[in-house]
Amino acid sequence: MTPHAPKQDHRPLAALAFKMPFMIDCVAFENFITAYFNDDLSFRQKLVFNIHLKMCRECREYLKAYESTILLARAQADVPYAEMDLGEVPEDLIKAVIEAATEK
Amino acid sequence: MSLDRQSDRQGGGSSGPASLTNASHLPKFVRENTGWMLAVAVRILQDTGLAEDAVQTAFAKILGKIDGFEGRSTIRTWMHRIVVNEALMILRKIKRRQEQSIDALLPTFDQSGCRIESDLAETVTPEDLLDQAQTGRAVTAAINKLPDTYRVVLCLRDIEGLSTAEVGEALGISEANVKVRLHRARAALKKLLEPVLKGHMP
Repeated sequence: MTPHAPKQDHRPLAALAFKMPFMIDCVAFENFITAYFNDDLSFRQKLVFNIHLKMCRECREYLKAYESTILLARAQADVPYAEMDLGEVPEDLIKAVIEAATEK
Repeated sequence: MSLDRQSDRQGGGSSGPASLTNASHLPKFVRENTGWMLAVAVRILQDTGLAEDAVQTAFAKILGKIDGFEGRSTIRTWMHRIVVNEALMILRKIKRRQEQSIDALLPTFDQSGCRIESDLAETVTPEDLLDQAQTGRAVTAAINKLPDTYRVVLCLRDIEGLSTAEVGEALGISEANVKVRLHRARAALKKLLEPVLKGHMP
């Protein structure tokens, strides 16, 4: 993911820590997120991902909200048409489908 | 970590394909399946008129091919793929509005690669959020604000439950592209849902 235009450092100590061995910065963490949810991270990637997660409160909160977002989106699949504020299933549509099928 | 889908993709109603050889079962079959098929088409097309067109065409294909249904998936999964494909076909044909850029909704980082997260308040659990009646509407409204390029991928992958490969095939894009679009769509949706996720919903 392309980050926005760089902004001034707001966490200089964290920035230094993220340069240590087995550490990644938040941009690299961001790029691992899809693979993390697909369970596609290698052992080493999983290790550095989890170390970053322990070190970085911003990414922890981000990931929690990101996961909740996925679950809320998925819950949309269980919303029936009747609860989509679109009215009843149109009777004329049902009739048209039946008529078209019985004409054949 | 893997988020497995739990939603029901079984069935297709009690009037399955075998019973359709008896024409008297046809109305029941159509009635049982129109609602959920319409819901799928509306989620993809965001337009009830176009969604009805997609459902009507999908039914014509389903009823025309039902003798050839080989039972390699559930009848509902088979019907689901047909209505998704019909909706996508219509989506490709209609003139799309000019898309807004998604950039303003993507995460921001400082020049050292540190995330800038504006609201570090605790996220409310999804279970608690789903108990609130207004959550579903807020999620629908937020999804509908996403540019189509991203919205459709999120819709097919996260809501309709297609695999990455199936989404790529349906949209004619690579799996890598599906993953990039899906991640951006989820990140943008998270941004739009922040007031809901942090419990600040009006």
